[in-house]
Amino acid sequence: MKRTLFALFLITTLLTALACERRGNATNGSGTGPIVVGYYGDLSGRTSSFGQSTKNGAEMAADEINKAGGIDGRTIQIIVEDDQGEPNKAATVVTKLINQDKVMAILGEVASSNSLAAAPKAQAAKVPMISPSSTNPAVTQVGDYIFRVCFIDPFQGEVMAKFAANNLKAKHAAILYDFNSDYSRGLFEFFKRSFTSLGGQIVLEKSYTQGDRDFSGQLTAIRSANPDVIYVPGYYGEVGVISNQTKQLGIKAPLLGGDGWDAPQLWQLGGASLNGNYISNHYSVDDPSPAIQKFVADYKARYNISPDALAALGYDSMKVLADAIKRAGSTENTKLRDAIAQTKDFPGVTGKISIDKDRNAVKPAVVLKLENSKFVYETTIAPEGSTPPATSSAPASGASTAGAPAPPAKAASPTN
Amino acid sequence: MDTFVQQLINGLNVGAIYALIALGYTMVYGILRLINFAHGDVYMVGAFAGYFIALSLGLAAGPSIFSLALVLLGSMIIAAIVGMIIERFAYRPVRKYSRMTTLIMAIGVSLLIENLFVARIGAAPRAFPDFLGSQSQPPIHLFGNAAISKAQIIIFLVSIALMVLLQWVVFRTKVGTAMRAVSFNLNSAKLMGINTDAIISLTFAIGSSLAAAGGVLTAQYNPNIDPLMGILTGLKAFVAAVLGGIGNIPGAVLGGLLIGAAETFVVGYGSQIGIASTYRDAVAFAILILVLLLRPSGLLGSTVQEKV
Repeated sequence: MKRTLFALFLITTLLTALACERRGNATNGSGTGPIVVGYYGDLSGRTSSFGQSTKNGAEMAADEINKAGGIDGRTIQIIVEDDQGEPNKAATVVTKLINQDKVMAILGEVASSNSLAAAPKAQAAKVPMISPSSTNPAVTQVGDYIFRVCFIDPFQGEVMAKFAANNLKAKHAAILYDFNSDYSRGLFEFFKRSFTSLGGQIVLEKSYTQGDRDFSGQLTAIRSANPDVIYVPGYYGEVGVISNQTKQLGIKAPLLGGDGWDAPQLWQLGGASLNGNYISNHYSVDDPSPAIQKFVADYKARYNISPDALAALGYDSMKVLADAIKRAGSTENTKLRDAIAQTKDFPGVTGKISIDKDRNAVKPAVVLKLENSKFVYETTIAPEGSTPPATSSAPASGASTAGAPAPPAKAASPTN
Repeated sequence: MDTFVQQLINGLNVGAIYALIALGYTMVYGILRLINFAHGDVYMVGAFAGYFIALSLGLAAGPSIFSLALVLLGSMIIAAIVGMIIERFAYRPVRKYSRMTTLIMAIGVSLLIENLFVARIGAAPRAFPDFLGSQSQPPIHLFGNAAISKAQIIIFLVSIALMVLLQWVVFRTKVGTAMRAVSFNLNSAKLMGINTDAIISLTFAIGSSLAAAGGVLTAQYNPNIDPLMGILTGLKAFVAAVLGGIGNIPGAVLGGLLIGAAETFVVGYGSQIGIASTYRDAVAFAILILVLLLRPSGLLGSTVQEKV
């Protein structure tokens, strides 16, 4: 009896696999049928807010395109996979999307560590992958099929360093970063380089690891170093607690961060302790431009929540991909790759997107101030010419800031 | 000087939580010679029980000692029930087999609880409501830069009260006498007319409720709770129990405070002697190895063990 059951089980599994295979092949035609796009992200792990927002944005974009008649009459179908925020699972689900679902392009991931794990799979299979929001330079260096629609860490680190030095008039900065995150380490390096080249001094560097709950040891050491600002380029889960404990230790220096802070859960974790901190980000919901306001209104109507930057980037990544498919006139991989690479001045929600020779998007960043559970627009800082080379040796020399110097009221230096 | 005092406060604050959890390890070990590896997860269950109580009663964040007391008590009761269920349905049926079987069962229970929680509510961190207003209020200044926050004061006061209460129960009540009798010899205790099953059940209940108190208290300081929060904290509390002498109640408290202080000092001062702050977790386990090599019975577990 057991044997029969086992045999039955084996047969069913094989049949299912075959069926999937056939379905996959059927959708791979280049002429008709839906355009199958894979999305992978963290939908249930520690950074699931990122994955959910990005997915929401991408799906909304796909629906808009489909409602408007699709691309040359073909609709877009997104197949969603959850990688639980773990790099090895990211690689697995991307392999599944490529081999089983036969997707024509891939959107994902948010966290650079996960994108870095999955990108080699896409590159090897020559399937174009667009990361909505992985900012570590190494991601697109994986190969010529890997793109992104966001700026990169050297620029994001530089933006905050400039804001701290020019707008906040900070001389001494302390850094608290996530030791195991490619994203956090990248921002830490580039902030440090820019800030010191602007005449500032890093008084203390401390680290933590994702999942830590107590930061009072690091923060007490930072307090005794007496910095003007504290740079915390982490993700919202830890940052909310860090901000909380900063207040409990009576530290008055503001915390500065990056786009990894941008999640609704940040406010629940940090509450009022977050007031007066600053982050660099991809766009601001307060931006009065009609395109952004329409996006914000549509998103709110659909999901009943205000879109964070990751939702906007998810939306943009889908739109950039659709634009490239339209221009390529085909979903054939080399043509699609070339079309994405040629994207120029695409009007995205997060700014005009042009893909440079390193397959990164060149666009400005905004600095937002945290006030009463809201990100309030502070200033915009634009890149000069092109972004610095993705590898090291990117001194922050040239680039000037569009936003700085800020009006005197906002430049009040935080003395303690 | 003020920085040193501050780091000491931080360290003892973390240590108090380890101590509360270590008590559960040590009590169960004393009575059954079982390392209850699911205990760290009971701590997590306690934190989530508090979270869901607050959510269902609509106790929003906002300074209210009453809300905190209610949530604390509720989560201790729920965790006590969870502890008794684990004992009744996982450990009691295999108690008559070898100790290895029970140990493997404990690991299985631990993984089961963690994955059930991940599957049911997701691994994303959740924010425990702040009942002390510590997000907006400045801390209380002691001297120089040294300060202590309201959450830290509450953590110290409640954990000391619970430890004193436990000491009283174990040494001054009839139930406590029975617990000590069972820990000396289970079979003789049974012959003396003690309902050993009930006593073991009670031991799990007490240990679990202490862990839950630790979970709720720590969430007042670090509001970030997730289903895997009990793994590392539980292991460190276990090390604390071994350091103090497993089976020894004051030892568990001492061990917890020492581990908490040690890791905070590594974070605070380690870089001055070339140890990065990321070594904080390695410290506890280095201590475990040293204790096992140099003093296997632990700091206070030398001659006469008060196994409870």
